[in-house]
Amino acid sequence: MLELSKIYKFYNPGTVNEMCLFRDFNFRVEEGEFVAIVGSNGSGKTSLLNIICGSIPVDSGSIKVKGRDITRMKEFKRMENIGRVFQNPAMGTCPSMTIMENMALAENKGRSYGLGRGVLKRREEAYKDMLRPLNLGLEDKLHVKVGSLSGGQRQALALLMSTMTPMDFLILDEHTAALDPKTAEINMKLTDQVVREKGLTAIMVTHNLRYAVEYGTRLVMMHQGKVILDKSGEEKKNTSVDDILSLFNEISIECGN
Amino acid sequence: MALLLSVLEQGMVYAIMALGVYITYKILDFPDLTVDGSFPMGAAITALLISKDFNPLLTLPISFAAGALVGALTGLIHVKLKVRDLLSGIIMMTALYTVNLRIAGRANLPIYNKATIFDNSFLDALVPESLNPYKTVLVILIITLVSKYILDWYLRTKSGMMLRAVGDNDVIVTSLGVDRGMMKLVGLSIANGLVSLSGCVFAQQQRFFDVSMGTGTMVIGLASVIIGTSLFKKATIFRVTTSVIIGSVIYKACVALALRLGFPSQDLKAITAVLFLIILVLGNLQKRKVKIHA
Repeated sequence: MLELSKIYKFYNPGTVNEMCLFRDFNFRVEEGEFVAIVGSNGSGKTSLLNIICGSIPVDSGSIKVKGRDITRMKEFKRMENIGRVFQNPAMGTCPSMTIMENMALAENKGRSYGLGRGVLKRREEAYKDMLRPLNLGLEDKLHVKVGSLSGGQRQALALLMSTMTPMDFLILDEHTAALDPKTAEINMKLTDQVVREKGLTAIMVTHNLRYAVEYGTRLVMMHQGKVILDKSGEEKKNTSVDDILSLFNEISIECGN
Repeated sequence: MALLLSVLEQGMVYAIMALGVYITYKILDFPDLTVDGSFPMGAAITALLISKDFNPLLTLPISFAAGALVGALTGLIHVKLKVRDLLSGIIMMTALYTVNLRIAGRANLPIYNKATIFDNSFLDALVPESLNPYKTVLVILIITLVSKYILDWYLRTKSGMMLRAVGDNDVIVTSLGVDRGMMKLVGLSIANGLVSLSGCVFAQQQRFFDVSMGTGTMVIGLASVIIGTSLFKKATIFRVTTSVIIGSVIYKACVALALRLGFPSQDLKAITAVLFLIILVLGNLQKRKVKIHA
């Protein structure tokens, strides 16, 4: 499905601050997997997502999706087949447009944005049906500007929008980190529901160890640009938050944190 | 009455330009100084064509197309060569000064006694004698309204909505698999097309081209947009275009008033600048008041 091989990534090359994040980094994600990635700050989790999406270039190595090499492909081109939800709820929606306009934009992803009518009145009921399962009352706010919604509502909408069209995989970039605990819980459950219902392949970066343990089919811990723990299936089910936490503490002490 | 007519005429001619500035400044969040060059460029092309007895109606699409091309060039400098937005505009504005001189052949090109969109045999046959004083304002009104409705229509298409998304949140544009650089190019093209069209109408109304007529275009456009959008805050996106047109007329009225108060006409640009400053400061005060009340 997704295959990163022999990835090298340097930051500030040629300066005294040169830092090598990834050295011969290899990572595979199989079709239908829901991977939760945890790790301390600077471990390379977010860089990994950015490399997959093409937001930052790699120095060498290759990225393949379904056997097709996308290493040199531009970010916006890659995104045609990738869904992405960001940590900041403001990133996934357009604040000055209504919910309906936002959904109409998202629904057209992968097709051309030409001179056809942007919002189709007849899609209104369909949009309402999509919003209803979120249980946030958004189906009654179709003509409300997204900027006036709360962070939790916006993030739920962003999640919905990023999964409206077919895709190769879904990227979740600490998408619950900016929400209060209760809203975060609601959004995490929604995510899990969407991923299961649509049978998506998903890669989620999170700082919440409990989410990483409870949700997903595979658990990965990263440290200094390396995968130091990778459990899936039964092995993952038998892993507890305490196990992860103790490993986390070990690496933190090593780093002198 | 004559003053009112001249305010309406000038206000609505500049309104077409203000619609363009609205696209770059409000929608794209791109301070585009190209307009100081593309406005006189529309005028230069028009003056040249009219002086060669060209069909005046055709000057409109030709000026728009030339403006769109220039806007696209600013976009290319910004997107492909990665020059900052303000500087890209300044580069184009400066280069266009020479281009405009080359087009017109000299710094000042009058087009008296030539057929224009306001003065031609077709219009003479159509409009009764009694309406003659209003002929110019009517023609301008039609051109301005047609520009406005086409822009309204465009902003409701898929492409237009994507353009609005670029200024709103450019991350989502990439997320939706669209090249946001390309969208900026589209926006700058349409904007400068409108600005050049405005210059085209202006040249035919004033019956001359002057190489320095573009100085301060950006300021007039911004002032119109800010007056329009802050006076009619509650307007939805589709009526914002109307507010911008009204803003432009109000702004021209203020300038006319200042000239009436006895300022000589060579003070015009200074009045333009000071008025703009007052509008900006008033706008800031308004914002502060809202914050205190909130």
